[in-house]
Amino acid sequence: MTVKVSLTVNGKPASAEIEERTLLVNFIRDTLRLTGTHVGCDTAQCGACTIHMNGRAVKSCNMLAMQAEGAELVTIEGIAKADGTLHPMQEAFRQHHGLQCGFCTPGMVMSAIDLVKNFPDPSEELIREQLDGNLCRCTGYHNIVKAIKAASQTMRS
Amino acid sequence: MYSFDYQKAKSVADAAKVLAKDGDAKLLAGGQSLIAAMKLRLAHPSEVIDLGTIKELSGIKADSKAVAIGAMTRHAEVASSAAVKKAIPALASLAAGIGDRMVRNMGTIGGSLANNDPAADYPAAVLALGATVVTNKRKIAADEFFKGMYETALQKGEIITSVSFPVPKRAAYMKFKNPASRYAIVGVFVADSGTGVRVAVTGAGPSVFRVAAMEKALAAKFAPESVASIAVPEKGLNTDLHAKADYRAHLITVMARRAVEAAMK
Ligand SMILES: Cc1cc2nc3c(=O)[nH]c(=O)nc-3n(C[C@H](O)[C@H](O)[C@H](O)COP(=O)(O)OP(=O)(O)OC[C@H]3O[C@@H](n4cnc5c(N)ncnc54)[C@H](O)[C@@H]3O)c2cc1C
Ligand code: FES
Ligand code: FES
Repeated sequence: MTVKVSLTVNGKPASAEIEERTLLVNFIRDTLRLTGTHVGCDTAQCGACTIHMNGRAVKSCNMLAMQAEGAELVTIEGIAKADGTLHPMQEAFRQHHGLQCGFCTPGMVMSAIDLVKNFPDPSEELIREQLDGNLCRCTGYHNIVKAIKAASQTMRS
Repeated sequence: MYSFDYQKAKSVADAAKVLAKDGDAKLLAGGQSLIAAMKLRLAHPSEVIDLGTIKELSGIKADSKAVAIGAMTRHAEVASSAAVKKAIPALASLAAGIGDRMVRNMGTIGGSLANNDPAADYPAAVLALGATVVTNKRKIAADEFFKGMYETALQKGEIITSVSFPVPKRAAYMKFKNPASRYAIVGVFVADSGTGVRVAVTGAGPSVFRVAAMEKALAAKFAPESVASIAVPEKGLNTDLHAKADYRAHLITVMARRAVEAAMK
């Protein structure tokens, strides 16, 4: 059987006939072909699949696409400006070398934007604590934390 | 994941009707436990009934006597609620320590209680605060609710609608967490209601339980030293890859002492 899912992704309406059991991350990657959202663990541990649903960070590998019916989603593809100007968080990751292989980066950036939204002036300790749902297999946490700290300043100003 | 039929419930009554008709149907809250179990094929419901669109199931109501939390209220909402922080700060801080931010944005109090994972945090708060679990059929006292590993008093077709927590005089929760999952290796919730003290332990045994010896000692004198030398027998406690039973027994005393210290601040 199939069901129809309709939602908004990066500001544009999207809808498709999908199997009920389609995970949100598979809908995003396979149906919408937005492959910036990654699958690292597929078990809700690593955060590589983090996107925003109605303004809140969620792990898209651990929910059904149907749970996002009617919702507004933002993926990593939707945060830079139309002219290509990077989001301050992306720019900070670039400036501070917050990525190595880059696999965890889309999830890190999406999670970090949500983090700064909730904690506009986070300390290094708080960033480390609040980033515990995102794993970097290259273990480049030091620069990731620096990037988030820097982005929190530009995002405030 | 096996295939299933999916529907969004329009109301609690609507969900109950489907549950009554199809014994293999399952409720879906945030999916943080259920979807994971379905992916592993540990759960294979014929039908998934999504509670996500039932507005009246989520929200927080608080006054000076009690805090009532709707079943679909996300952990993040409890953690950031000014009303909960004011009435029962220990409950807000417990919610803030569940999993990670993404899990807290989806996971719900109703799902967590219905699931009754032996290492879940909310059961400790519900039992220690003497909360009442409200369902579409009845009200269940905390002492009657938790029946064993992943087992509760919920009957077929029964849906948690809210949980009501009496406001204590003072309370605190201390968790020794698994650094990878953040689930409790041992978590101890201590609550002083003003008329009595309750101590609930999660993570250590097959299901949350109270420690009568500690409750009695704390009722006589609410101070860390009252529990510091009370040892909980390791018999019946969990041994797994994270910790052995004797270590968990040791942690109960340590976490209880720290919880009392925190409650007195
Ligand atoms: C990476 C990770 C880390 C986690 N860490 C922690 C942690 O540190 N501490 C902790 O306590 N938990 C932790 N959890 C679990 C989390 O708290 C979930 O919220 C919880 O397991 C319940 O999930 P849910 O609310 O999404 O319910 P679901 O997964 O949707 O449902 C769980 C079960 O409850 C039933 N159910 C749901 N709602 C109701 C209702 N209203 N009435 C009756 N039955 C219902 C469902 O049918 C299902 O059987 C973690 C989860 C993940 C993925
Ligand atoms: S792929 Fe979703 S958390 Fe790892
Ligand atoms: S940069 Fe390689 S996993 Fe994080």
